[in-house]
Amino acid sequence: MKIAGQVFEKFRADINTDEIIPAVYLDTTSYEELAKHAMEGIDREFANSVSQGDIIVADKNFGCGSSREHAPIAIKACGVSCIIAKSFARIFYRNCLNIGLPIFECGEVDKIKKGDVLEIDFQTGLIKNLSTNETYSTTPFPEFMQKLIEVGGLMEYVRQKNRL
Amino acid sequence: MGKTITEKILATHLERDVSSGELIEVKVDVALGNDITAPLAIVEFEKLGVKSLFNPDRVVLVLDHFAPNKDIRSAEQCKFVRAFAKKYGVKNFFDVGQMGIEHALLPEQGLVLPGDIIIGADSHTCTYGALGAFSTGVGSTDLAAVWATGEIWLKVPQTIKFVYYGKLNPWVGGKDLILHTIGDIGVDGANYMAMEFTGEVIPKLTMADRLTMSNMAIEAGGKAGIIAPDEITLEYIKPRAKREWKVYASDSDAEYVEVREYDCSQIEPQVAFPHLPSNVKPISKVGQVEIDQAVIGSCTNGRIEDLRLAARVLKGKKVHKDIRLIIIPGTQQIYLQAVKEGLVEIFIEAGGAVSTPTCGPCLGGYMGILAQGERCIATTNRNFVGRMGHKESKVYLANPAITAASAIAGRIVPVEDIL
Ligand code: SF4
Repeated sequence: MKIAGQVFEKFRADINTDEIIPAVYLDTTSYEELAKHAMEGIDREFANSVSQGDIIVADKNFGCGSSREHAPIAIKACGVSCIIAKSFARIFYRNCLNIGLPIFECGEVDKIKKGDVLEIDFQTGLIKNLSTNETYSTTPFPEFMQKLIEVGGLMEYVRQKNRL
Repeated sequence: MGKTITEKILATHLERDVSSGELIEVKVDVALGNDITAPLAIVEFEKLGVKSLFNPDRVVLVLDHFAPNKDIRSAEQCKFVRAFAKKYGVKNFFDVGQMGIEHALLPEQGLVLPGDIIIGADSHTCTYGALGAFSTGVGSTDLAAVWATGEIWLKVPQTIKFVYYGKLNPWVGGKDLILHTIGDIGVDGANYMAMEFTGEVIPKLTMADRLTMSNMAIEAGGKAGIIAPDEITLEYIKPRAKREWKVYASDSDAEYVEVREYDCSQIEPQVAFPHLPSNVKPISKVGQVEIDQAVIGSCTNGRIEDLRLAARVLKGKKVHKDIRLIIIPGTQQIYLQAVKEGLVEIFIEAGGAVSTPTCGPCLGGYMGILAQGERCIATTNRNFVGRMGHKESKVYLANPAITAASAIAGRIVPVEDIL
């Protein structure tokens, strides 16, 4: 599978979950509602201006802080197709895989600019920057996580494994 | 090659040898959720259509973040969790009146024990590492999967060993050691890894100090913050435990990715400046920082020992006229103990406000939200942008004694300044 999209925003290092979805919105489980407040702690206009299929890019340790799954849900629900970062905080990383939001760890994010159009090949893990004609590699997922991604998240994995 | 305590706990649960880096699916002893994370987990769990929890006695639910309900929406969320607990027979369900902040409550109630694997849909679940358990935070979907299957997928983490030696300075405790450590390695210094706290200083620390250290492992990105049990741990566990437990320790030839040593005689009380827990300065280098509010509480420093420390500083003194001091005991038991010991009287006479147990302002819920431009010193664990209120407010993290002293002085000061 391949996806292509434009880099909507490039974030700094250590973006935390309070910035992704401030705690005042943790009183809901509604995806639509969470989508409206994605990234609000850092950019009030984000949710209004991001388009379906856009990609976000960040420096290291994206998603640090709390375990709130509301954070990756908000990002996914507002239309972001994938996140590329130098590294992700551990719980956020798990949560993304579990809910089926594609993420990629890439050491070369410094070369990516806001507005670039990227094409990502999920099989090879290669990112092609269509704006600059560069290609970047990403850290491959271990086999187990690959399986989680393929079936579309943890609950589907659990369902299949336990024949539910 | 020897094994770390983390590898040993995971291996026992898997009933085979494990090495760091391996991905495993392993049995869980305790699964924790709260009023914020459980609702999402309940939605996922019910979609699966399984009839029962893997073991209702090992599921713990605590309403602590926005409870006592701060508004209608949090009331709805608590109601949703309450109904779930009833439907699936969760006895370890803690509602207003019995509840406390989860990570103060679970060890106190003997629900988490040495050698356990504990999974919690809350990032500070790493707190229980102080008891010699493997304990880590996950998201809601992970929790739902554990409820259904009793298992979790994990990567066996590598471990960084931290060695604390030398004599502790006055007014230096677990909070300062961990803040200093986070300042040293950074907010992702232990990402994906277990932190193991060792050295001659650790056995001299109270359980409260150890729980504070393990609690903040996540602030360095740590998957766990583990301390091998000793006499003090067992003294704490024995009267509380209602089931078997097992004590593990790392082998002397266990493999660590890194070993870091700290001479504690060089460590002063620490203050983490906005907006990262790693942005620490020793108290002597803080300079002139005026504050509007001081908060003593949270799963990091809301235990009875923390309140005693604060009371020692506040006794017979008055909170600065321009400061709001808010004190939040971690659990009902701690609150009652504080009443019995006369600590609450000291706080109120000093001009502090004492609250029922809740996370409250720690995550910007309620009970002390900051306005634009306001500054707060707090014994909590995160000082991210907007964590306690307005995006342009600021949070400084410190130990309970420094926080109490600062409430008296109206600015961040060493304890000696107000004695
Ligand atoms: S006290 Fe703060 S850090 Fe601890 S569980 Fe509550 S919100 Fe989280």
